[in-house]
Amino acid sequence: MKEVIHLPVQNVEEEEYHINMGPQHPSTHGVLRLVVSLQGEIVKSLKPHCGYIHRGIEKMCEKDTYPQIIHLTDRMDYLSAHINNHAVCMLVEKALEVEVPERVKYIRTIVDELNRIASHQLWWCSFGMDMGGLTCFFYGLRDREKILDIFEESFGSRLLHSYYTPGGLMMDIHPDFQKNVKAFIKYFRKKIKDYDELLTGNIIMQLRTQGIGILSKEDAISYGVTGPSGRASGFACDVRKHHPYGVYDKADFKEILGTKGDTFERYMMRMDEMLESMKIIEQLIDNIPAGDHTAKMKAVLKLPAGEYFQRVEAARGELGVYVVSDGNKSPYRMKFRSPNFSNLSVLDHISRGCKIADLVAIGASLDYVIPDIDR
Amino acid sequence: MDNAALKERILGLVPDAEYQENKQFLTFIIPPAKMHDLAFKLKSEADLAFDFLFCLSGVDMVKFLEVVYHLESTSHKHQLELKVRTEDRVNGAVDTVCDIWRTAEFHEREAFDLVGIRFNNHPDLRRIFLEEGWLGHPLRKDYVDEVNIVEL
Amino acid sequence: MNFSIYDFTSFTQWIDKFLYDNLPAFWAIAVEMTLIGLVILVFYALVGLFLVYAERKVCAFMQNRVGPNRVGPFGFFQTIADFVKLMMKELVYIKNADKLLFNIAPFIIIIASFMAIAAIPFAKGLHAIDFDIGVLYVIAVSSLGVVGILLAGWSSNNKYSLIGAMRSGAQIVSYELSVGLSLVTIIILAGTMQFSAIVEGQANGWFIFKGHIPAFIAFIIFLISSTAETNRGPFDLAEAESELTAGFHTEYSGIKFAFFFLAEYMNMFIVASIAATVFLGGWMPFHVSGWAGFNHIMDFIPPFVWYIGKTFFIIWIMMWFKWTFPRLRIDQLLTLEWKYLLPINLVNILIMAFIVLMGWHF
Repeated sequence: MKEVIHLPVQNVEEEEYHINMGPQHPSTHGVLRLVVSLQGEIVKSLKPHCGYIHRGIEKMCEKDTYPQIIHLTDRMDYLSAHINNHAVCMLVEKALEVEVPERVKYIRTIVDELNRIASHQLWWCSFGMDMGGLTCFFYGLRDREKILDIFEESFGSRLLHSYYTPGGLMMDIHPDFQKNVKAFIKYFRKKIKDYDELLTGNIIMQLRTQGIGILSKEDAISYGVTGPSGRASGFACDVRKHHPYGVYDKADFKEILGTKGDTFERYMMRMDEMLESMKIIEQLIDNIPAGDHTAKMKAVLKLPAGEYFQRVEAARGELGVYVVSDGNKSPYRMKFRSPNFSNLSVLDHISRGCKIADLVAIGASLDYVIPDIDR
Repeated sequence: MDNAALKERILGLVPDAEYQENKQFLTFIIPPAKMHDLAFKLKSEADLAFDFLFCLSGVDMVKFLEVVYHLESTSHKHQLELKVRTEDRVNGAVDTVCDIWRTAEFHEREAFDLVGIRFNNHPDLRRIFLEEGWLGHPLRKDYVDEVNIVEL
Repeated sequence: MNFSIYDFTSFTQWIDKFLYDNLPAFWAIAVEMTLIGLVILVFYALVGLFLVYAERKVCAFMQNRVGPNRVGPFGFFQTIADFVKLMMKELVYIKNADKLLFNIAPFIIIIASFMAIAAIPFAKGLHAIDFDIGVLYVIAVSSLGVVGILLAGWSSNNKYSLIGAMRSGAQIVSYELSVGLSLVTIIILAGTMQFSAIVEGQANGWFIFKGHIPAFIAFIIFLISSTAETNRGPFDLAEAESELTAGFHTEYSGIKFAFFFLAEYMNMFIVASIAATVFLGGWMPFHVSGWAGFNHIMDFIPPFVWYIGKTFFIIWIMMWFKWTFPRLRIDQLLTLEWKYLLPINLVNILIMAFIVLMGWHF
């Protein structure tokens, strides 16, 4: 079907022209089309066109059973795959009133935080690359490989694991898991100082990000921008603190809040979050209780009729899973409130009046993953 | 504000709101005509201050189409769930709330695209995921598509 | 025939005498000019190939990886393979592009850098064009390259190319000022604009040491502005890969793209050569006045090796900061030039003039 996009034409001045940062572009990190209306180098407005990777996940969920849905959630925000799985697993467990063993909760929390660090490492790589410091890309990936090696050893795959199942975990962790995680933390604490030297302290990077793309707290709340992007504006939205799940209430960590809400603050949020995640892991890694790796679940899971909602803190913001169940083994309606969807909606608002180079910096700092937007 | 006080407050604002049993959230079904006013008061009144709309979903319940709003207050920390229903499956329309919570702009476009609920006064109501010329709304229960949906 | 690698004048005079003895004057000159053209062409091509390979290896080592290592020993023939590929690629025909300008643009850039290379002294006696306004000539001629870039961006009929070309045009025109003024600082110290005289004047010490503080400042400013001139390093937003795909040469393919690619590396070589010649002594060995024994040992290394060593040292520094720093935005770049580098340059010239008048240099 031919796609004809008619942009609502308002106040097009003589010197304005439209540029297409099309679905294939090195810095939109996925298939997102931005139609940017420019006057010289200044952005006047922009319209995102999503849907290039819309796979109908919510429709598929209506036909799949709950254990099968876990595999679909991996593929939404694939960089925080475990956290997406966690949301659906917790929802099913709460609905069926199943108590998972403590061991499972500890492992899930630790693996979630490792996933968060890996996601932020990849974000840092691509942020540096978008700014033009191509070396950052390789440094970040080199360190991320260590986490992926740990995942591969215990779960069998590097990126999309589907390790959590309703009731527990698919299999127990590898005996070397704790040792490898501790070695990784020791290694990464040294390397993250390199990151600061290479990019954070660089005067060019600071000039290009400070004061750019300012998002106020009211706007962050109104647009629903959560995660590090929202916290940089002062919006205290960390689900791990306000609606704790797993064993987050047993770990001592800070919720990092910023004040200015510009691109540099969003950058610093994620760098500080990596340190906090390492702190959480350090507190939990030696205390994993012994026990089963899964609770006793029926073969066919049928949720009682009603509505259920589960919120978790994905690497990019608050992921919400809303299920309307009619008592069958598939949900009647499953809705994913994806963090990147709301984060993208604010891009137009904060990039008015900045230049194209700033647009790239703002997009990199909002850190959106397109498959999560389109589902 | 705890749930009991909140319930009284909402019923005070909209007397013909229907209370629905729900284990997790305080849930009301609001008549479509009253939704926009209620939304405005929910955000602006100091003791309610529901400023964070964290989920807006469209659901097809065969007999009617439903829009579900999940709200939270960042200052008072109370939560609320509102539902608005329309029986008209062809032109069913609900007032938009994107002038109150800006996040609704994209979410309502998604509800329109996938479930087919129209929103009055929306600044830019067009499909967001599917192409402009797509026929039908995939998340409806009576949606048939021989090409794209493979029945197992 | 007295042929030594320390002084090429005997060799060049031998060729000259040979030609004039055996051919009529007109043909002798014609053969000489062809010979020089061929030598420069071959030198250009070989150095270009080597520089592309060097860049990939240097960049790889800084990024914690290995770089090309399959084609030939240590991947040495990688660039040759790349150029064979580029030569065989289809020259894509752009609809609605201005055909004449589109085809001329790469040639203009190459011609500009050829003309500049001809004026650089490679060793004693290996000097193609020796004007007495050498420095001025080189600056003037290398600024012709901006015409090629603007034509390329305009004639591609593509918004991205146009944005890239406009940015690049503004950038190059602004930084020419800084390049010129920092060279003027050394001209004041040297007293001449002729390249061979500048190099001879450094026989007892390089200008960067002779002119101490102002010469050092001029060196730093020259490095920064010449990186901006050649669209390299933190100033490469004309071809910002992550923003505009490829900037002004987006629409070029095959051999025309190879020209732009080659010209960028050769421009880098030219500015490094000028820096080496004017600040670091060109083909002069490192002498310390008074240390006769040390000077004698330094003299063993042929001048050609000195020149290449210094040039590649500066090229390595330029590559180093390309792969470390993120990119500057166009307005920050122009702010840097007009608000910081230019005033510093002007003050520096005053200081240098004062020092030369007072005789406070080495």
